[in-house]
Amino acid sequence: MNAEFDVRYTAGLARLHLSEEEIAKFQAQLSQVLEYVEKLKVVDVSHVEATAHANPVFNIVREDEPRDWFTPQEALANAPRQVNGLFSVPKVIE
Amino acid sequence: MSLTSLSVAELQTQLRSKAVSPVEALEALESRIAAVDGSICGYLARDYQRALAAAKCADVNLPLGGVPIAIKDVINVQGEQCTCGSKMLKGYTAPYDATVITRLKAAGAIPFGRVNMDEFAMGSSCENSAYAITHNPWDLSRIPGGSSGGSAAVVAADEAFAALGSDTGGSIRQPAALCGCVGLKPSYGRVSRFGLVAFASSLDQIGPFTKTVRDSALLLNAISGRDPMDSTSLDEPVPDYTAQLGRDLKGVRLGMPREYFVGGTHPQVDKAVRDAIAHYESLGAEIVEISLPHTEYAVGVYYIIATAEASANLARFDGVRYGHRTAEAANILEHYGKTREEGFGAEVKRRIILGTYVLSSGYYDAYYLRAQKVRTLIRQDFTTAFEKVDAIICPTSPEPAFKIGDRSDDPMRMYLADIFTIAVNLAGICGISLPCGFAQVEGKPLPVGLQLIGQPFRETELLKIAHAYEQSTEWHKARPAIS
Repeated sequence: MNAEFDVRYTAGLARLHLSEEEIAKFQAQLSQVLEYVEKLKVVDVSHVEATAHANPVFNIVREDEPRDWFTPQEALANAPRQVNGLFSVPKVIE
Repeated sequence: MSLTSLSVAELQTQLRSKAVSPVEALEALESRIAAVDGSICGYLARDYQRALAAAKCADVNLPLGGVPIAIKDVINVQGEQCTCGSKMLKGYTAPYDATVITRLKAAGAIPFGRVNMDEFAMGSSCENSAYAITHNPWDLSRIPGGSSGGSAAVVAADEAFAALGSDTGGSIRQPAALCGCVGLKPSYGRVSRFGLVAFASSLDQIGPFTKTVRDSALLLNAISGRDPMDSTSLDEPVPDYTAQLGRDLKGVRLGMPREYFVGGTHPQVDKAVRDAIAHYESLGAEIVEISLPHTEYAVGVYYIIATAEASANLARFDGVRYGHRTAEAANILEHYGKTREEGFGAEVKRRIILGTYVLSSGYYDAYYLRAQKVRTLIRQDFTTAFEKVDAIICPTSPEPAFKIGDRSDDPMRMYLADIFTIAVNLAGICGISLPCGFAQVEGKPLPVGLQLIGQPFRETELLKIAHAYEQSTEWHKARPAIS
């Protein structure tokens, strides 16, 4: 059991509301998963480089050239709310 | 033999000889779906009229001309839904084609139908879909595997000639094994991920579900290659993956990892795989015992790295640009919190929490960085093994399909079902599952999958080795009796 693992606090970091039932259940289930991954602590990684992904390729960029892509209407087509051709967001400043 | 039970290669012969038209093939498929999908529930949606329009002008001389292909509901097809099995994306219409779809269309194929999956590809049973429970065609009371359970079930039930799925920790190979079809996870960087809704970006790869190994090669021919829209797709040549099929196995060395044969596997799965290994010897392959010493850490590494990447990728679901948005919120934090609470299902929430925790301040080094280092050791295990062998042979899943509802609320037990497939994604190498027998469970035959693991970008050899087994056995011809 990881005493420091707090579902309620972590859910806040993830911008995710949870019910009290979910908090209790996930706390138990994920503590079990964290206990399982504790076994990684016995591996000696002191001289090992981290692998971010499998292929050693870096700084891949496209030419910065304009091309046809979404029209504003297409970009907005899936927006749950839109106003005057813009995405509508909740008020963030008073 | 009915039209819909044909393989892609067999269908193409019929189409090119004009014995069957693309419209007739599509009609036959639609009738088959109408007849059996009520009990399988593999399809979430399909646009028959749209596919019919494509079939009417299909050029059967193209590499996949006139062949309908079912698409996992996580790959964007312009103008069609792409729910990812989530309420979060209910009503979403894809505004563009994924690169694999652009390539399939260029090869003459017809994307037809959106197939079920675990929500955001998180799961091993398809039970995490917000829309439907897909049933295993061999026993309707059992799961088809996951996350690409719909892709596997519709191919196995002859409701599709072939399908595309995605594999992050076994999501193509495990359902292929449990439903008795061929599932290929290409090497990381072989196939563009552009237009695949991201789960864990360093692990995800798109691949085909087919009835035969040859069909797998045909689909891989069409979808492989570098794409400027995916910086992780590599500029490696795309060979003709069918070219080596049928070559003999003389001199081929297959490695049996001792860590994968230590008990814990269902006895009938173990026996089927050992019989397959003996069969390979009779075909001229040499069997070599190898060791993958960091095997026991793979599941732990995976559930740190995959959830960390998922928590970042799923941060995009903010209720603004697309997807679900909560009706009322007093402020921006409540807007995010409620939108995500209402849109995501339990497993996705669990993984977001775990991934956020392992990346959070104070825990990053202990969990995420350490996992990435152990990932290096797991990769090195395979590099060392491939100095001695051409491919690795083992079970795909430690057990046949389990009952629906059996472990849907036991995440740890569900995660351990991925034990033989996960390391392949961590190492970025390729793997294929193909049918190698049946386990008789409660009076019903349940398919067993054989996994072959190959070196990065050596799919040609992997397919050759798989094809030799398939063509000298009868397993791939077996079909479920669907009532």
